[in-house]
Amino acid sequence: MNRLYGPLDPAPDAGYQDPPARMGFFTDTSICIGCKACEVACKEWNGVPGHELTMLGMSFDNTGALTANSWRHVAFVEQPVPAGRQTPAFAGTPTGPTIAPAAAADAVTTTTDTGTEPGLDPGRHPDSAARMAAGPEFLGMPASELPGRQPGREERTDLRWLMMSDVCKHCTHAACLDVCPTGALFRTEFGTVVVQEDICNGCGYCIPACPYGVIDQRKTDGRAWKCTLCYDRIGDGMTPACAQACPTQSIQFGPLDELRERAARRVERLHAAGETTARLYGHDPEDGVGGDGAFFLLLDEPEVYGLPPDPVVTTRDLPDMWKRAGVAALAMAAAVAVAFLGRPA
Amino acid sequence: MSAGETDGGHAGREPGGHAGQESGGRLPVGVRFREYQARRGRGDGPPADEPGREFRSYYGRPILKAPVWKRDIPAYFFTGGLAAGSSMLAAGADLTGRPAMRRATRLASLAAMGASTYFLIHDLGRPNRFHHMLRIAKPTSPMSMGTWILALFGPASGIAAVAEVAPALPRRGVLGLARRALPVAGTTAGYLAAAVAPAVATYTAVLIADTAVPSWHEAYPQLPFVFAGSALASASGVALLAAPLAETGPASRLAVAGAAMELVASHRVENAMGIVSEPYRQGRAGRLLRAARGLTVAGAAGAVLGRRSRLVSALSGAALVAAAALTRFGVFEGGVASAKDPKYTVVPQRQRVEESTGAR
Repeated sequence: MNRLYGPLDPAPDAGYQDPPARMGFFTDTSICIGCKACEVACKEWNGVPGHELTMLGMSFDNTGALTANSWRHVAFVEQPVPAGRQTPAFAGTPTGPTIAPAAAADAVTTTTDTGTEPGLDPGRHPDSAARMAAGPEFLGMPASELPGRQPGREERTDLRWLMMSDVCKHCTHAACLDVCPTGALFRTEFGTVVVQEDICNGCGYCIPACPYGVIDQRKTDGRAWKCTLCYDRIGDGMTPACAQACPTQSIQFGPLDELRERAARRVERLHAAGETTARLYGHDPEDGVGGDGAFFLLLDEPEVYGLPPDPVVTTRDLPDMWKRAGVAALAMAAAVAVAFLGRPA
Repeated sequence: MSAGETDGGHAGREPGGHAGQESGGRLPVGVRFREYQARRGRGDGPPADEPGREFRSYYGRPILKAPVWKRDIPAYFFTGGLAAGSSMLAAGADLTGRPAMRRATRLASLAAMGASTYFLIHDLGRPNRFHHMLRIAKPTSPMSMGTWILALFGPASGIAAVAEVAPALPRRGVLGLARRALPVAGTTAGYLAAAVAPAVATYTAVLIADTAVPSWHEAYPQLPFVFAGSALASASGVALLAAPLAETGPASRLAVAGAAMELVASHRVENAMGIVSEPYRQGRAGRLLRAARGLTVAGAAGAVLGRRSRLVSALSGAALVAAAALTRFGVFEGGVASAKDPKYTVVPQRQRVEESTGAR
């Protein structure tokens, strides 16, 4: 049986002999311009259905989330934080505080029909959305005190715009794959995780198993769909559609080892340039999912982008779960035995 | 450095300076935010985060995808548990010579298994592909293991139930042969079903615990006991409903044992897991589980105190059956609620990160 936890190379672990190098994505959000070419290219190449355009009020994000019908999702977050060393655009203009936190709080309840289940659930906690849009330094302060309402904040601050193209993480330990009862989800020779659409019977187990909320069910056909890391393209030595379309190389495709080195250098450069909020996410083979095949450079905490801060593959605890179930099963049998045989009827 | 301090401005540094003045006729954000807070104060908005549990989220959206399973699945958890418990009682009744209780529980097991099969196939996104479950056997997938457990249990439970028609068959001819063979086959199949039954009743707890759903996953040590206890109590309920008082002694004892197992484990699930216990006490899940607890206590008490009254026994049995259904729906709803709320994903994970970085 495959190992359930810890660092490893997934393709050999899945039984491939002499597999090619593990391939993945490094998505550098510091150079994303939010053009959504990745979303479009992915839909075009993979024949992913579109849906009606609804304005969600989530900055320029009208996709909302990764779903069975959106395998790339560009997140947009507006924060009253100067971007890099730019000259503040509104310096000296007393126009009041930024609208970002209130606008984010207002956008919490919007939704749109993605044609999928559960698709884009409306949010909760407008406070948490306001905190997202208030910037990293705001963490831990009461939501009632927005920066603009504090003394000495009469000038509009500059705004930074976080943009991040989210995608399936192609985990080293992929819970969706572990729990799939039909074998529809499988590990490719490139170490990626792909759904076979002719096998999936729509049992839905992969959907709550994913710690990132990636995989989702298409209403029209009942099956689960997600990013394949363009299995058909990379098998022919091509670049996945999203990375091919990305105009700024925010999405980089390649052997995971190389990408990890490149990412580490990029973080060093950003830190040296004064962008101290830069950090990698999903790059560490020691993390709860054994490292992601698709990892990210972020400029704020993961939850601001809708990512879990410390995901752990659920099957790490599966041996313990079976043990507990075994004890409960024995207790059940013992109770029946005692009830019938323990004393005369 | 705090947000907004870096914009090079210095004019507004005097204390008491207040932003958010009306400018250009627009409603300033401060006013909008105060309105929002006033709405919330009136109780028609969402509750504020508790102190110490403030967190950030992407527009308040859930991080996880909530389970897409419909009511079929909690209904199956109930009918599967009922079938399992009933098969165990049927084997006990068979072994100790309680024919009426054996008949009732065997038939209940078959009926519940039939309902389970319907629920499981009906819930699939592609019901006509249900047999794809039989392509592989996969220990890392509790659903795959469950498929094979049910493939063993279902036919055994079915044969045991079919054996109950033996007395109605003619004494001669081919059917006469069946009349003599069926009780033996029924007993054998009944024991096989009873042997597999504890797995049927408990694997479903592993199935939901083996997800990223916070309130299910964290409950994994207790859930098998909730489901096992509830399965025993509901099957005892069927026996109390359908069998004469002369035979139901073991059923009333089992009702108490099952109820106790369920109540103790449920109490831990609902209270001992910190923040992720919350969804089990709130909203629909909270109402379902409170009703389940009340019916379980009443049913177990009635099973013992009313063991000389046919009516009280039957009512207690009905209460236990209803309680088991409510328990499954309550546990299901609690998990779904925890997946839909980013708080239950972010707060515990953030805490874990801070503890581990603090330790380094």
